[in-house]
Amino acid sequence: MAWFKKSKGLKTDKKVKIPEGLWVKCDSCKEVIYKKEIDKNLRICPKCNYHFRISARERIELLVDEGSFVEIDSGLASNDPLNFKDKISYKDRLEENRKKSGLEEAAISGEAAIEGRPIILVIMDFAFMGGSMGSVVGEKVMRAAEAALEKKIPLITVSSSGGARMQEGIFSLMQMARVSAAIAKLHESGNLYISILADPTFGGVTASFAMLGDVIIAEPRSLIGFAGPRVIEQTIKQQLPEDFQRAEFLLEHGMIDLVIDRKELKKTISQIIELLT
Amino acid sequence: MIKCYLEFEKPIEELELKIEEMKRISDGKDVNLSGEIRKLEKKVKDLRTEIFSKLTPWQKTLLARHPDRPYTLDYINLITEEFLELHGDRRFADDKAVIGGLAKIKGAPVVIIGHQKGRGTKERIRRNFGQPHPEGYRKALRLMEMAEKFKRPIVNLIDTPGAYPGIGPEERGQGEAIASNLMHMSRLRTPIVSVVIGEGGSGGALALSVADRLYMLEHSVYSVISPEGCAAILWRKNGELNAEDFSRASESLKLTAQDLLRFKIIDDIIPEPSGGAHMDVEQTARNISDRVMQTIEELKTRTPGKLVEERYRRLKKIGSFVEEA
Repeated sequence: MAWFKKSKGLKTDKKVKIPEGLWVKCDSCKEVIYKKEIDKNLRICPKCNYHFRISARERIELLVDEGSFVEIDSGLASNDPLNFKDKISYKDRLEENRKKSGLEEAAISGEAAIEGRPIILVIMDFAFMGGSMGSVVGEKVMRAAEAALEKKIPLITVSSSGGARMQEGIFSLMQMARVSAAIAKLHESGNLYISILADPTFGGVTASFAMLGDVIIAEPRSLIGFAGPRVIEQTIKQQLPEDFQRAEFLLEHGMIDLVIDRKELKKTISQIIELLT
Repeated sequence: MIKCYLEFEKPIEELELKIEEMKRISDGKDVNLSGEIRKLEKKVKDLRTEIFSKLTPWQKTLLARHPDRPYTLDYINLITEEFLELHGDRRFADDKAVIGGLAKIKGAPVVIIGHQKGRGTKERIRRNFGQPHPEGYRKALRLMEMAEKFKRPIVNLIDTPGAYPGIGPEERGQGEAIASNLMHMSRLRTPIVSVVIGEGGSGGALALSVADRLYMLEHSVYSVISPEGCAAILWRKNGELNAEDFSRASESLKLTAQDLLRFKIIDDIIPEPSGGAHMDVEQTARNISDRVMQTIEELKTRTPGKLVEERYRRLKKIGSFVEEA
C-alpha cells in the first residue's frame, strides 16, 4: 500500500533560476535558444529559420545603404478623434507605447538608397500598439506613395501589423481605402512598388497596401493573413492545418511572389529594382 | 407573420398586444372599442417616435441586424424596374453573400451590387450570413469594371457582419481581394454611390463602399470592428461578456450614422420610417432610390477624369492627426 506514498518535506527549493533575457523561446518552433545565438544570426531562429520581429530602426540598417535614410513626416502624431474609452485613455496608451518602443508611431517613413538607387521606404514596427494602422500610419503611407510618385522612384513598404487600430474606429478603417487609392495612382504612373511582409501581417494592412505590391516578398515562417487564426478557429470550430497562414503557405497558394531570408532581402530588392526600372 | 420585437421595443410590444386583444374582443360583437383603440394606437405611435429618437449605439446595432430588416434584394425588387442578376467571379465560384447585376432605376440603367443576407435558417446558411468569400469581392469588381466599360453608374448596398473568417478565404486571398477592390474602385471612371443599409462590418463592408458619395440609412452602423469583438479585446475576462459590455463598446466605437456624418466620413443620412426600415419597406426603398438617383444625376455632369480626381481628394481628407513643423 505504501508504494506510492508521497514523501512529505522533501520539496526542494532548487529551481534553476535563469537570468532573464538569456534564453528565448522561438515563436514558431517553440525551441528554447540562447539569445546571443539569435542576435548573431540577424534574429533568425537557427532551428526553424523563423525570423523574429525586429524594430523599424534595425530594419533600416538591414535594408538600406548605411547613412542614406532620411526620415520624412516625423512630426505626425495621433489625436483621439473618438475620445475612445478604454481601460486607460487612448492618449495615455499612445504615450505608454512611445516610451516602450522609442517610436512616435507604428511606422517610420523616409527617403533612402539601396545599392545607390534612391527609394521611398515605409517600415512598420509591431512594438508600437501591435503595428496597428490609424490615421498617422495611413497618412505616412499615403504621403510616401505620393512622394515616390513625384520623384518617380520605387516605393518599398515593410508590414508588421495586427491590422487597423481599433481606438481610432472608422478613421482607421478608412485608411485602408486611402492608402489603396494612393497605391493605385502609383501603379497607374508606372512606379515600382515592392511590399515586404514580416511577422505578423494581418487585417486592414493585409487587406490594403500590403497585398498591392508589384512584387510581394515575405520573410520565412511569418504569419500573414486577413482574419486572425484564433477568430477562424472559433468560427469554424476546427483545428487549423499545419503551417496555416505561414509565409510558405501563402507562397504555395499563389498569394506572394517570394519567401526570402532576411540576409538576402536587400540584395533581392536591389535586383528587382534593377530588372524593372 | 409574427412580429419580432427587440428588447428596447418591449413597451411598444405590450401596447400593441393590448390593441390586438381589444380588436379581438370588439370583433363581431356589439362592444365598440374603436375610440379606445385609436387612443392606444396614437400612444404607440408617440411611444415609438420617442424610443427611436434616442436609440443608443448598441440599440442601433441591434436594429441594423434586426431579422425583419430589409436586405439588398428586398430593395432591388422595390427600386428597380428591371433587374438581371449576373453570377460568378470567373475564377472560382459564385459567392451568394454578394449579389449584383444590371438594372434600371427610374428609367436609368445602372449596375447594382450589394451584400446579401438570408432570411430563415436555410437561406441564411446559403448566403453565409452575408459574409463574403474572396469570390464575392472579385465578382463585385468584375461587375464594376463592366459598369465602367459600358459607362453605367454603380450603386452599392452595404450590409455585412464582415468578410468570412475561414480556411478557404485565407487560401484564396481574402486580404488581396479586398485590397484589390479598394485600389481599383478608387480609379473607376464612372460614378459610384454607396449606401450602408444595415451592418457596415469592417473591411468586408469597406470593399464595396469606396464611392463618390457614401450614405447611411438612419439606423445603420459602420465600424472597424463589431462591438462584441471590441469588448472581447478590451475587457476579456474570465466571465462571459454581456450586453452591458457590448453597449459600452459600441459607445466607444462611434459607429452610428449620426457619428459618421459628424466626422464627415459619410455625405448624408437617408431617413427611415418611425420604428426602422422594416416598418415601411416601400417608403425606405423610395428614400434610397430618390437620394441615389438624384446623386447620380449630379455626378453624371462631371467628366470621368474629374470624378476620379475628386474621389481621390475625398479620401485624402479623411484622417485625424496633428503635425508638428
